[in-house]
Amino acid sequence: MDIVITICSGFLLLVGSFLCISGGIGLLRFPDFYTRMHAVGVTDTLGAGMILVGLMILSTDLLVFAKLVMVLLLTLLIGPTTSHVLAKAAFHNGLLPKDSNNLSQAKEKENTSSIL
Amino acid sequence: MLIGLFNDWIVVVLMMIGLYIVIAHGNLIKKLIGLTIFQTSVFIFYISMANVDGGTAPILADGINQYSNPLPHVLILTAIVVGIATTALGLSLVVRIKESYNSIEEEEIQQQDNDEQQTSRKAEEIL
Amino acid sequence: MIDIVLLTLLVVIAIAIIRMKDLFAAVMLAGIYGLLSASFFVAMDAVDVAFTEAAVGAGISTLLMLVVITMTGSKEKPTRHKPFSALFVVIITGGLLIYGTLDMPYFGSADAPIHNHTSPRYIKDSMQEIGIPNIVTSVLASYRAFDTFGEVVVIFTAGIGVLTLLSVARSKENDDKIEAINDSMHQQHLVIRIISKMLIPFIFLFALYVQFHGDFGPGGGFQAGVIFASAIILYTMLFGLSTARKVINQTFVQIIAALGVLLYGSVGIVSLMNGGNFLDYNVLSSNPITGQHLGILLIEWGVGCTVASVMVVIFFNFAGRRAFQQHKKKLQDKESSAC
Repeated sequence: MDIVITICSGFLLLVGSFLCISGGIGLLRFPDFYTRMHAVGVTDTLGAGMILVGLMILSTDLLVFAKLVMVLLLTLLIGPTTSHVLAKAAFHNGLLPKDSNNLSQAKEKENTSSIL
Repeated sequence: MLIGLFNDWIVVVLMMIGLYIVIAHGNLIKKLIGLTIFQTSVFIFYISMANVDGGTAPILADGINQYSNPLPHVLILTAIVVGIATTALGLSLVVRIKESYNSIEEEEIQQQDNDEQQTSRKAEEIL
Repeated sequence: MIDIVLLTLLVVIAIAIIRMKDLFAAVMLAGIYGLLSASFFVAMDAVDVAFTEAAVGAGISTLLMLVVITMTGSKEKPTRHKPFSALFVVIITGGLLIYGTLDMPYFGSADAPIHNHTSPRYIKDSMQEIGIPNIVTSVLASYRAFDTFGEVVVIFTAGIGVLTLLSVARSKENDDKIEAINDSMHQQHLVIRIISKMLIPFIFLFALYVQFHGDFGPGGGFQAGVIFASAIILYTMLFGLSTARKVINQTFVQIIAALGVLLYGSVGIVSLMNGGNFLDYNVLSSNPITGQHLGILLIEWGVGCTVASVMVVIFFNFAGRRAFQQHKKKLQDKESSAC
């Protein structure tokens, strides 16, 4: 039973680390602000979540397990919100996605401000 | 000796980088950032002095008999909070300087002060 | 091993800050610098210090600098003259300092002089004299309580200084106008307002947990005060300064700041009146250990109150000054267009 737990948590930790690294590579290699932020937002939240679940499996104390569950919930809540706020701030300040050939349509969308 | 004193040498490098930013850059906010770098390097110095090989965090627990030194931790705790207080005060001074001189570059502020001194001296000579 | 990597990253970031001309990027790099040094402190087993550095250096400091950059402009002008004399001074001083470190004890050695004078007494006698597991809290709040008193007064003085420099006379805000602004902003910022309304009670709860759990784990008054203030600052940033001032009256917050320092001093005076020294907690109750616990609880409460309220006051004044500047600029534009 111990060996199964160790293998499971090791696998989850490795997957989480790989996701974080790939998010970092995406941050450097993607062409545009919005694509970069999408890469980092998705992979950071999922990677941190995987690392936390891997640690949860290894925990022996109920208190440690409960604290890790709360940290996981907070990460899942705050990660996507941060990406949303960054994208909204960028769009509000006029940064358009690359190769968006219809600039007037984008400006009109912003003026009606129906974006959440 | 490199591994033993590595922490201290890195601290000296960081301290000198902070000092260079304070001396060589004219922008007031950049100087404050350099001062923060300088402060944090001193914290790193104290905390790496407090570390003991094979010790753990200084919270008493069963089965542990070697602890890291808690006294520098207390000193640095105080220093961090005092540092942010003085940084806040420095930033409010920068805001007021910007309102009076309309610039936060050291050279432009010096220039405005020199011009004012010259015009007031000329006004005294005329009178 | 990990501390070598972290220290090298710190040097890289510091060099990057020198080369940045955009102040916004430099402030963000300073925030990352603070967070990396907090990770370094965890690697050095200094958990209390890491907690404080992460909350203060990576949180409040970055925030205040960003608020100031919105008021003063975010581009740095390049200097006209070459900084050779500065480089010369820095290299000479660095060389002398490195020559000075050659006599220092090696990293981690247990027989360095720093570990052999007063610290063994604190580690050995903390449990039976004071009775709490966290040695850092017992040294901070009981053995060296007078230094902590001076520090609380320094924070209070910084709050007074910011109030002196940056406070503006506040006109009575029109309630209907505030409601109108709030409603129009609500639709634009719906997602983050709802998420923050869900999170702010938990941030307050966490701040209270850190405050009272400081005896048993990392924590204490300073960290709790900063976390408490950051929840209020989050609310202010999302809902506007006028709404936040209605929710949390600024005069009340200033009174709380003064009350925190007063509470700390009164614990000392009560010890004097009971026959002991200033800030000697043994005489606060019939059992010395109970007296120590009571004294530590009260002064940590005072520290938490003062730190939280001073941080809130500082942020309110920075934001209020910015609103004042924008208001004045709007009036000036109206005047110049009327002429």
